[in-house]
Amino acid sequence: MAKENQQLLLKMDGISKAFAGVQVLTDVSFDLYAGEVHVLAGENGAGKTTLMKILAGVHIDYEGQISINGQSVRFNSVHDAAAKGISVIHQELSLVGTMNVAENIFLAKEKSVVGWLCQNAMIKQSRELLQSLGLEIDVEKYVADYPLSIQQMIEIAKAIAFDCRIIVMDEPTSALTKPEVEKLFGIISQLKSRGCGIIYITHKMEEIYRIADRITVLRDGAYIGTAEAAELPQNKLVQWMVGRELNQQFPRHLTNLGSVRLQVENFTVPDPSGKPVPAVNNVSFSVRAGEILGIAGLSGSGSSELLNGIFGTYGRKVTGSIKIDGQSFKTASPRKSIEHKISLLTKDRQATGLVTEMSIVHNVTLAALKKFSPCLWLRPKQELHRTQNQMQSLRLKAASPFQPVKSLSGGTQQKVVIAKWIETQPKIMLLDEPTRGIDVGAKHEIYELMNKWTSEGIAIVLITSEMPELLAMSDRIVVMHRGKITAEFSGNEATQEKILKAAMGEEMQN
Amino acid sequence: MTEQLKLESKQSIFYSPTARALGALAVVFIIGLIFNADGAFYKWGTHRDMLRAVSVFGILACGMTLVIISGGIDLSVASILALIAVAFSLFTIHWNWQPLAAVIICLVIGTACGTAAGVLIAKFTIQPFIATLAMMVFARGVAKWVSGGQKISTAVLQPDGSYKYVDVPAIFNFLNSKILGNNISVVTVVFLICLFISYILLVKLRPGRYIYAIGGNEVAARLSGVPVDTIKIFAYGLSGLFCAVAGICQAAQELQGDPEAGIGYELSAIAMVVIGGTSLQGGRGSIWLTLIGVLTIGYLEKILSINAVGEDKRLMLTGAIIIAAVLFQKTRK
Repeated sequence: MAKENQQLLLKMDGISKAFAGVQVLTDVSFDLYAGEVHVLAGENGAGKTTLMKILAGVHIDYEGQISINGQSVRFNSVHDAAAKGISVIHQELSLVGTMNVAENIFLAKEKSVVGWLCQNAMIKQSRELLQSLGLEIDVEKYVADYPLSIQQMIEIAKAIAFDCRIIVMDEPTSALTKPEVEKLFGIISQLKSRGCGIIYITHKMEEIYRIADRITVLRDGAYIGTAEAAELPQNKLVQWMVGRELNQQFPRHLTNLGSVRLQVENFTVPDPSGKPVPAVNNVSFSVRAGEILGIAGLSGSGSSELLNGIFGTYGRKVTGSIKIDGQSFKTASPRKSIEHKISLLTKDRQATGLVTEMSIVHNVTLAALKKFSPCLWLRPKQELHRTQNQMQSLRLKAASPFQPVKSLSGGTQQKVVIAKWIETQPKIMLLDEPTRGIDVGAKHEIYELMNKWTSEGIAIVLITSEMPELLAMSDRIVVMHRGKITAEFSGNEATQEKILKAAMGEEMQN
Repeated sequence: MTEQLKLESKQSIFYSPTARALGALAVVFIIGLIFNADGAFYKWGTHRDMLRAVSVFGILACGMTLVIISGGIDLSVASILALIAVAFSLFTIHWNWQPLAAVIICLVIGTACGTAAGVLIAKFTIQPFIATLAMMVFARGVAKWVSGGQKISTAVLQPDGSYKYVDVPAIFNFLNSKILGNNISVVTVVFLICLFISYILLVKLRPGRYIYAIGGNEVAARLSGVPVDTIKIFAYGLSGLFCAVAGICQAAQELQGDPEAGIGYELSAIAMVVIGGTSLQGGRGSIWLTLIGVLTIGYLEKILSINAVGEDKRLMLTGAIIIAAVLFQKTRK
């Protein structure tokens, strides 16, 4: 495609951004022409979303240049960006469910005459707009009354209603069924012919090659390259996405594997937010005592929901069979799972792992409080004693065991969560991103702990989005894509490329 | 690094919620020493009467503290109080029940009301505000229904339309009396017992720890195996129990069961908890903070009344004090 005769809509140059001292984007460049679909690809944490948030005016303190239609701009708010014709269709819909379709489309851009709303004009225009997208729906019905796929279309209509030239779509198909996806692609080609530029983020290999004109790859916050889709074969794309050196030292010691500790069969978890596609779809796997099973998957793979489903976070809504040491186990609640010696270290320790107002002691003993309060009466001395032991063996540094957890650093907080689960004496540990957001030293200590646990016969299921960590620590790896297991590798046959391909939806024939 | 930590912990002791709440109480107390109404504030009797006047509120505030720390709110306390005041008067004055039986049945009714609200909140996931609002209206309705809209007093309506005056039951007189050389009211002792029970529960027992955990982070608590639903139901049930205790005291103090009793008391109880420094967001607070809040409002009202400040100005000042106390707490961050 000759770019010379096409209009350059957007140019981002030398964009860098740090969060609290952590560099998340370094000198990234990106451009967009009218009438093209430019796919932004990369693993979790590559910086795609951050880059788009800068474009949308969400993050306003960044380094670098943005120009739109040749004019240099600097946005101070989301509103500024919208005024320049940038529209973002988020993964999470931004519609107001309790307002009707027309009201949503015209939200904050209402047509009015001296403050008096022109309802009829807005309804008429909304209807025409949706018709032009091939959607015949009643625009006076509440948005919440429509299924998610229609809501997604409304979101798109809202985005293009006001002369948007630059449209960002962040995983727009995650809630859509096959025919709906086709409809969306139809709309995209319509938008292209109108001269809009579309930035498209997806983890689906198939989609990338269906609609991309050009592809830009980010990795670990750095710009890797841009190429015409036709000139970038799949193998090279994957290489761009994962091509880092495996130079970190990981201390995995293999242990003698015991018998099968956790066996999961035909496990299905409905989507927690009510999307029609299940988050985990008919998954089966097993883990043996002393084994670390790694689960790989990009965002939306359902790996996190799988662990939460097994643990009982969603109660009895899950289906499938689970066996612990050969005994059948029916998931009911976290409480029951803990009694059956299952632990879940959740992804977000602040939101779901800790009661941050409470002290280290009270957090450490929370999951095993029965042990410290026979006949309901608490034994503070015993609690303190155990906590001090834990702090010593985990090298958990704090001014006092009575310090509130919120005042601790990320790595120390994670150790508090770990101490809490050790107190329950688990046989199965489900670890969801155990090293997320903690420094290298603390990471290393957690790897050592995992070795210690497996040598004691604990079975570990590990989710991590850090590929080197996954490869080094797992004895076996299964890969998930959109709720299904697409591949399984033994520890030594897995490579970054193979895993990423499977994570992007390529079925493996083994 | 460690020095900085030490410094921070020193500061946090100085700026701790208890220190702040005590500061507010001290300010009110000093105002009392200055505007002492010709020495009335120096007499123990004034303090005793203040304690007697706040006791019913204080008992409600004990239950409210548990509920608020768990991250909820209980608007039904005053209506349950009225229902129990009516029921207790009916049992003891009209039906001549044994005092002990009447007390036990009343405690059961109060606990049942609170538990019902708790079940709506925990099992049917109705917001605490809505569930207890419904219980507030419902319990008030029951109070009016069983009393026929009339105050249940020692003037008992006879079948011939005349009134027969009966004696005040002994339990009423006992609750109204003062003990320890006339130095403290029995209702105040009841309040102190409720405080102590709340303290034991919150600090010494497993369910208390769970209440804090649920208020601090309900999701994390559930994922740590805390029986969230059970504990919530327990907290509201206990609040209902304290309401029943308060209702019995209320009936004894008024010598009757008034179905209109206690209107607006729920807001006073919430105010006392909040002035103490217990966070309405849950997870933070203590029963001692509530005691400080109860005393702060009690003294404020007493000082204004011994100085013959009218009710209009008293209410305005109380409103202003609530705002001042809450703003004071907010400045920490």
